[in-house]
Amino acid sequence: MDAVEVIGGGRESLAPGTPLLEVEDLHVEFHTRDGVAKAVNGVSYAVSAGETLAVLGESGSGKSVTAQAVMGILDMPPGRITSGRILFRGEDLLTMGANARRAVRGQKIAMIFQDALSALNPVLSVGYQLGEMFRTHHGVSRKEAREKAVELMDRVRIPAAKQRVGDFPHQFSGGMRQRIMIAMALALEPDLIIADEPTTALDVTVQAQVMDLLAELQSEFNMGLILITHDLGVVADVADKIAVMYAGRIVESAPVHELYARPAHPYTRGLLDSIPRLDQKGQNLHAIKGLPPNLLRIPEGCAFNPRCDRAQDRCRSELPPLVPVTGEHGEELVGRRSACHYWRETLHG
Amino acid sequence: MPDIHDEDSYEPHPKPGVSRLDYAGEQGMAVEQETLVERDVVKREEARSLWGDAWRDLRRRPIFLISAVLILLLVVMAIFPWAFTDADPRKADLVNDYLKRPDWGDVFGVGWFGYDAQGRSIYARVVYGARASITVGIFVTAAVTVIGGLTGMVAGYFGGAVDAVISRITDIFFGIPLLLGALVLLNAFSTRTVWSVVIALGVLGWTQIARVMRGAVLTVKQADYVVAGRALGAGTGRLMFRHILPNAIAPVIVVATIALGGYIATEATLSFLGIAGRRGARRPRSEASLSEGSAS
Repeated sequence: MDAVEVIGGGRESLAPGTPLLEVEDLHVEFHTRDGVAKAVNGVSYAVSAGETLAVLGESGSGKSVTAQAVMGILDMPPGRITSGRILFRGEDLLTMGANARRAVRGQKIAMIFQDALSALNPVLSVGYQLGEMFRTHHGVSRKEAREKAVELMDRVRIPAAKQRVGDFPHQFSGGMRQRIMIAMALALEPDLIIADEPTTALDVTVQAQVMDLLAELQSEFNMGLILITHDLGVVADVADKIAVMYAGRIVESAPVHELYARPAHPYTRGLLDSIPRLDQKGQNLHAIKGLPPNLLRIPEGCAFNPRCDRAQDRCRSELPPLVPVTGEHGEELVGRRSACHYWRETLHG
Repeated sequence: MPDIHDEDSYEPHPKPGVSRLDYAGEQGMAVEQETLVERDVVKREEARSLWGDAWRDLRRRPIFLISAVLILLLVVMAIFPWAFTDADPRKADLVNDYLKRPDWGDVFGVGWFGYDAQGRSIYARVVYGARASITVGIFVTAAVTVIGGLTGMVAGYFGGAVDAVISRITDIFFGIPLLLGALVLLNAFSTRTVWSVVIALGVLGWTQIARVMRGAVLTVKQADYVVAGRALGAGTGRLMFRHILPNAIAPVIVVATIALGGYIATEATLSFLGIAGRRGARRPRSEASLSEGSAS
């Protein structure tokens, strides 16, 4: 690969199994007129090269805020990172200088946004915007950048890329725009891609195409992928592991198929039960009762307790830690954790 | 690492003999890839330029055409005034008393509009005066747009303390009445030319543009594509001038266009009051004629 120089060593230089990105005990607050909203309260997760982590949660669960903190695009103020570390290849992004941080953005970690129409600049051609990646990070000429833009558009299967490179975002369909966003994120072959609800704004058939393309390119380049979503259907096929977030905390993490088969947290169970199923025709959909908590007043104890069928007195006073869970006979379940006092009953009962 | 330029890994164009739809299916893509794209390509070059669109729209509108011709006429008059009259605007011939009636039949002639108190041709003075008016209008507007645009952009983009300081300075300048302020400023110049008028009006006039620009930048700054630009590693300068400016400039253009006429009128007022063209700016101007005419 001649065109793209890799700064700070390629993915190959990383020992297998070493996490690319580690978020450690991250806390983020927002100072609002009504008080302090605790959006993220001690989130930890890790992603390795070639691995896909799905972060699942309702709106307001802190999944996007965590990603924004990683990207360094959090609005500060009102946002504030009160504690925690974000290690990328062992280096803390939060203590890094502004220029070093900017070099990481786009080049090492890139982001795909939810709504490509609003995430692309309406007054600049897509070719210009794609080429901009090379011009800002590698300082190539205008002409060379345009050629690279055409290559990228071909890569994400935009038909007639050469003719369309000068077109503006509104001249493309929704699916094509999202593919252009993906091309932009992929431009410099980053080590890690954060996709913030990449398919939410698309209709279902296009969703599948875009997810397939993303998964394909990810495995081809051996990138780490953090997939932020509230759609359980989207993650099932592509993710390796899932972290479920609620009120700024991870309440359960597990390899994807195990989580679907046997959830270890009542919230996850509720989410899975609320997926419409074909054999359910004619019945009311199951829903988790109540509303997500107000982040200004997160309930005492387990944040989920007001909505939980299983809640006991202990749940209303004592915050359950995220602990490893074990099988019925005490055997280890690799990668499974739950933040419920009664995970045993949820998992095995 | 697999090569991104690997030609075998994809098919950018359909194979011959395979219909577009089959091809799409083969590639795992739905019909969503518009089938008309390829047909379109041939005509695309001439069909899709924004300027071309605008021109096609505008050339059918009489109002646009009439305005354009008038503006063109004025600009040509400002550049080549001698092409419009043989008379010397400075030639004072007291035989031609201002009481002598205009000779309406003498189209484009020396006496077409009549004579002023010094016996100078008013028509020649109007023609030669166009240059000063247009110079002031264009350069004051340009100065005001640059100064106001930059301060507004900086205030809106950085926000916080920077915004507070810039906004208070804007408020102070906003409090100075344009005409009165220009009178005072121009009095401080020892020689007054068109350029001193440009400087005086420019220094006092930028506040409105600054406020409009700040507001527009505040709105555009929130847009996803600015956040996306930052997330993909764009620096402050690139975000400000490549991504925010083109999206925030529209209201500024509107305000600046309206203001342009205002500055010409202000300059005329200054001339009428005798402040803009007493010494220094000796070149005749239509507004000066107006002043002299009414004074006598």
